[in-house]
Amino acid sequence: MSTAAVMENQPHVPEVIPTFTATLIIRRFDPEVDDEPRWQDFDVELRGTDRVLDALHKIKWEQDGSLTFRRSCAHGVCGSDAMRINGRNRLACKTLIKDLDISKPIYVEAIKGLPLEKDLIVDMEPFFESYRSINPFLMASGSPDKERKQSPVERARFDDTTKCILCAACTSSCPVFWTDGQYFGPAAIVNAHRFIFDSRDEGAQVRLDILNDKEGVWRCRTTFNCSEACPRGIQVTQAIAEVKMAVLRGKP
Amino acid sequence: MSVIDAPRSKAAPKRRGINWEKWGWIYMRASGVVLVVLIFGHLFVNLVAGEGVKAIDFAFVAGKWADPFWVVWDTLLLWLALIHGGNGMRTLVNDYANNTTVRRILLAGIFASTAILIILGTLVIYTFDPCPVGAAPELLPSFCPVP
Repeated sequence: MSTAAVMENQPHVPEVIPTFTATLIIRRFDPEVDDEPRWQDFDVELRGTDRVLDALHKIKWEQDGSLTFRRSCAHGVCGSDAMRINGRNRLACKTLIKDLDISKPIYVEAIKGLPLEKDLIVDMEPFFESYRSINPFLMASGSPDKERKQSPVERARFDDTTKCILCAACTSSCPVFWTDGQYFGPAAIVNAHRFIFDSRDEGAQVRLDILNDKEGVWRCRTTFNCSEACPRGIQVTQAIAEVKMAVLRGKP
Repeated sequence: MSVIDAPRSKAAPKRRGINWEKWGWIYMRASGVVLVVLIFGHLFVNLVAGEGVKAIDFAFVAGKWADPFWVVWDTLLLWLALIHGGNGMRTLVNDYANNTTVRRILLAGIFASTAILIILGTLVIYTFDPCPVGAAPELLPSFCPVP
């Protein structure tokens, strides 16, 4: 009752949300016009709650409709909008502008190591090809007509690597992947780890054989770029190390 | 109920022979651990223990190699370090040399220099004689027995 009385007494002032201006420098590339990518800057009026993705939307909707980028869920689940923001691979939808240094321009470019198609879009096919080649599905014998039981401890063994959203932030931050397109890359190894250490799965040997290849886990140089880039906080380098040890043991 | 055959994608062809990438990786880890002991032991004995760095001269080296312990130590140090370094450079070349011809030339160069250094070094360790018989006396170090 007292709360309502206080609210009635106060004059109604429309709340003004403070805004600020940030400069984004975006690496543009239109294959029909440009021979080389070029940097273009945009000034955007933003609020404290805005993310890099909101800034990109404002540019696309209000300033330059030709700006091209991928996004789907816009909430860090679908993994569509991984990009290189101020030299680090992040999800545009999980990076708040206010967390970046807005006294300087914000550099946004496409992830590296994959063929650039337009503006912030790269060809993800090589990435998905190496993902497919590690058999990213449950390989189990018998028909699926009853529950496959698993204890909480067995489930916890591979919990970290189930979080992968295939955004390619890790793989496109890997210096080995930049120079050697044949390397499976961290994301594929993470997804192999997810099944290799799954007690219900019977295909561990097949996957370990695939990753024991010349271009498999041994190409990993333990630079930790992938662990740092992962927007889901997966300990990617640790997962790769566990797969290496499993290859040496010959079993998970 | 029909079940889709797994795996749906083709399994990787089984390769034959030794998996050099795997053994190379294991070698780098194993030799790295041993080299930490060998290198710091070497540095301590040569530079810190006793009189320190002032003690190093021809007689010091001759004295060390009169002891089979140091012969084995230095042989291990030579082989492990050179192969470790050569394998590391091989990895770098495989990473960054895209051109097949350039890569082959660089790899051959790394292999040749590693092999030559190992052979020469081993030869020196095992054929070293501070007082060779029949040498001119004025060229011999002072600790050699006067004939």
